Amino acid sequence: MSGALIDLWGWSHALAQFSLWLGSLPLEAGNWVALQTGAAAPGPLTGLIGFITGEGLTNFVAVIVAINILLLWATLLHLLIVMWIERKMYSRLQDRRGIMLGLGSSDFLRRILGPIPLIGRPFRRPSHLGTGFLQTVADGVKLFQKEVITPTNADKWMFHVAPVMIASSTLFLFVAIPWSDGFWLMGSMDKGVPVNPWGILVILGAFSIAPLGILIAGWASNNKYTLLGGMRAAAQLMSYEIPLVLSIIALVVLSGSLDPFELVRQQSVPLTYALGPFGRVTVPFLPNWYIFNPVLWIAFVVLFITVIAEAERIPFDIPEAEAELVEGWTTEYSGMRFGLVFGFKWLRAIAGAALIAILFLGGWSGPVFATVWAPNLAAPGTLYGIPLLPQEFWFTLKIYVIFVVFVWIGWSVPRIRIDQILNLGWKQLIPLSIFNILLATLARGFGWF
Amino acid sequence: MAEMWINMGPQHPMTHGLWNLRIKVDGETIVDAEPEIGYLHRGYEKIMEVREFQKNVVLTDRLCYVASITWSHCYCLACEAAMDIDVPERAKYLRVVSNELQRIASHLMWLAAYGPDLGLLTALLWALRERELFLDLLQLITGARMNQNYPRIGGVRNDAPPDFDKYCSKVIAHFRNKLKEHEAVFEQSKLFQARTVGVGRLTRAQALDWGVTGPNLRACGASIDLRKLDPYDAYPALSFAPAVEKEGDSYARYKVRVEEMKTSCDLILEALKKLPAGPYRSKPPRRCEGEGFRRTEDSRGEALFYVIGDGDDRPYRVKIRSPVFSNIAAAPIMMRGNKVADVVAIMGSIDVCVGEMDK
Repeated sequence: MSGALIDLWGWSHALAQFSLWLGSLPLEAGNWVALQTGAAAPGPLTGLIGFITGEGLTNFVAVIVAINILLLWATLLHLLIVMWIERKMYSRLQDRRGIMLGLGSSDFLRRILGPIPLIGRPFRRPSHLGTGFLQTVADGVKLFQKEVITPTNADKWMFHVAPVMIASSTLFLFVAIPWSDGFWLMGSMDKGVPVNPWGILVILGAFSIAPLGILIAGWASNNKYTLLGGMRAAAQLMSYEIPLVLSIIALVVLSGSLDPFELVRQQSVPLTYALGPFGRVTVPFLPNWYIFNPVLWIAFVVLFITVIAEAERIPFDIPEAEAELVEGWTTEYSGMRFGLVFGFKWLRAIAGAALIAILFLGGWSGPVFATVWAPNLAAPGTLYGIPLLPQEFWFTLKIYVIFVVFVWIGWSVPRIRIDQILNLGWKQLIPLSIFNILLATLARGFGWF
Repeated sequence: MAEMWINMGPQHPMTHGLWNLRIKVDGETIVDAEPEIGYLHRGYEKIMEVREFQKNVVLTDRLCYVASITWSHCYCLACEAAMDIDVPERAKYLRVVSNELQRIASHLMWLAAYGPDLGLLTALLWALRERELFLDLLQLITGARMNQNYPRIGGVRNDAPPDFDKYCSKVIAHFRNKLKEHEAVFEQSKLFQARTVGVGRLTRAQALDWGVTGPNLRACGASIDLRKLDPYDAYPALSFAPAVEKEGDSYARYKVRVEEMKTSCDLILEALKKLPAGPYRSKPPRRCEGEGFRRTEDSRGEALFYVIGDGDDRPYRVKIRSPVFSNIAAAPIMMRGNKVADVVAIMGSIDVCVGEMDK
C-alpha cells in the first residue's frame, strides 16, 4: 500500500507549460509595446503567443520533457548506482573494499578545502576513504576523453551504427517500463488508473533488437575475436529470447493480462489461492505475488536465468569471454563507443530486473507495515492509509535486490561454454517453460490458483 | 564458416606471459593448434657460462618468478654433483621446507590464474589472499617475497628464524581450513565441472610419449614423482604419497594440484619436526672440473640442470630442461576437437610459466 511520488506526465506538462510561458514573455512584451504604439486591439503577436502557449505545442514539449526525465532517471541515476553496487558487491565477495574514490580523493579540493578548520575535516583524512561512487563518474569522463579509433578495414558505416542501435534499443526498453502508478511514459489513464495493454509485449520486442546490433558490431569490426563474439552473442540471445517469451506466456495465461499496471494491481492484494471446487484460501501477511503461485514459480526460475543470459552476465557472458576472446564483440571499440556498448549491459540488467519485479515480485507495491493508518474523516469508521515510502522506492529497492542476486551469482561461478549454454536453453529451459504453459493452461481451465 | 587460424597471443589474456598459441577453428571447434614460443628467450644457458658458479644462483632464481627456489635449488644440486661435495643434514631439511613452501605458493598462483581463465575472478583474489601467507613465510626464512636467492651451492644461505615451525603450523592450519572454501567454489560447482571434466584429455601413453611431466603427468594415472622416484635432499626420510588421478583431463589436473598442496603442507610440518641441529652450509670449492646432472620435481614438472665445469670458476656449459617446454608441446593433442572456450580451460590447467619455457 503506497502511493506514487512522481507524476511524470503531470510534471512534464507543468514544466512544458512553464517554459513555454517563459518563452512567450518577450512576445507579450512586444505585443504590449505594439498596443501602446497604436496597433489593433488583440495585438499583432497574439496568434503566435496562442500557438506557443497552446495545447498542441505544450503537449509536444511535454513529451520531450518526459522522455528526457526518464532518460536521465534511467541512465544518470540508476545506471551509475547499479554499476557502483556491482563493483562494491563483488569487491566484498573477493575480500577487499573495492572502489573508494570520494570527494576527499580530489587533490584540488584537498588543497583548497583542507586547511579550512571545520569544513576541511573530510579532506584531511587519507584520500581514498570515500564510498567510491565518484569512481563510476570518473570512468565515464575518462571514456569521453578517449579517442574513437576505427579499424582500417572495418565497415565504417556499420561499425559506428551498431553501438547507437544497441544503446537506443536498450533505452527503448525503458519506454514501456513503468516505475510507479504515476511514473510511466507509455500508457493512458482509464477510469482513474493507468493502463498500457501491450506494455510487456513492447518490452519483449525491445529486448530482441540488440542482438542484431551485436551481430553487426561483431561482423563490421573485421576482427576474428569480434566475429566469434558476435556469432556467440547472436546464438545465445536468440535462443534465450524463446524461453523468455514462453515463461511470460505461462504468466499471461493465468493472469490474463499483458498490462504491467494491471499485473501489479493483481499482485498488491493479499495472497489468495483459488482451490477449484474448495473455494478460495487467503494467506495473511503475504502479498499475492506470482512467485508464490504453485505453477508460476517455474516461470520465475526460467525468466531469472533467461534475464541473466539476456544481460550477458557471468555465467552467460560468453560473447565477451575476456579470457579467450579478449573483449569479444566489443574488442575493437574505443572511447565512448565502447562506453555505450559496455554500459548497455547494465541497462539491460536493470530492465531485466524491472521485468522480473513487475511480473513476479509485485512491482512497485510496498508492504502494509510501511503505512500509517489514520481514521478516515470522509468515511467514519474506516481507516485511511498514508504510505511512509513512495512506490518508486519499493520498485527501485526490488530492482536493486534482484541485481544484487545477479552480482552474487555472477561472481561465484565460472562462465559456461557456448554449446552448454545452447543445450541449457534449448533442451532444458524451453521444454520446462512449455511444460509450465501446459500446467498454467490446466490450472486456468479447472479454475485452480 | 570456413576454417581459419586465430592467433591467441603473444598479447592475449589467455597466455599468462609472452607466447603465441595459433589455433585453427571451424566455427567454434578447434581443428588444429600450434604453440609458438621464443618471445621471451633471454639466452640463459649462454649467460650462465660467463658468470661464476655461485653467482648463477641469482640468475636461476629468475627462470620462473612464481617458483624461484625450486629452480635455484635444482641448479645448486647439479653444481654439488659436479663439485662432488656434501650438504649438511640441516640444509637438506631447510631446502625441503623452502621448496614445499614455494610449491604451495606456485600452485596457489596457478589457482589464482585458473579462476579468471574460466571467468571466475573471485578465485583470483581468494587464492592470492592465501598465497600472501606463504609469501610471508618465505620472507621469514629467506628475506624476500620473490626471487629469494636462498639455496646455495653447499647448503642454504641462512638458518630458519626462531619459532619458524610455529609460524608454519599456524599458517598451514589456517590454509587447510581455507582450502575448503576453494574446493567449494571450484569442484563443488557444477559449472566448473562442466567446463573441466573430460576437457583436454591426455592418455598416459600420450603423456609419456610427449615428455609431459609433473602434475600434468600424474593427472594421467602415472605415479611418477621425482621426489619418490629419484629422491634428493631429505625426501627419502620423509613419508608422503604423490597425488595421482586417472582421468587425464583438466579436472584431474586441477585435483592433482590441490592434493599436492595438501601433501606439501604435511611435508613441511614433517620436515620441520625432523629438522636436525648442525651447520646449514658447507664451503664449496670455487673451481670445478667435472659434470653434474640433477633433476628435481619442480612445481610444474621435471626440472633438470646439467652443469659441466672445465676447471675454471665458471661453468663450461649449462643445460636447462624446462618442464613447461615439453608440456606445452602436447597442447595440440589436448586441444583438437574441443571448443574455442576450452583453450583457456586446457592451457590454464597445464600451468604455463613462460620465463622457464623460453629460458
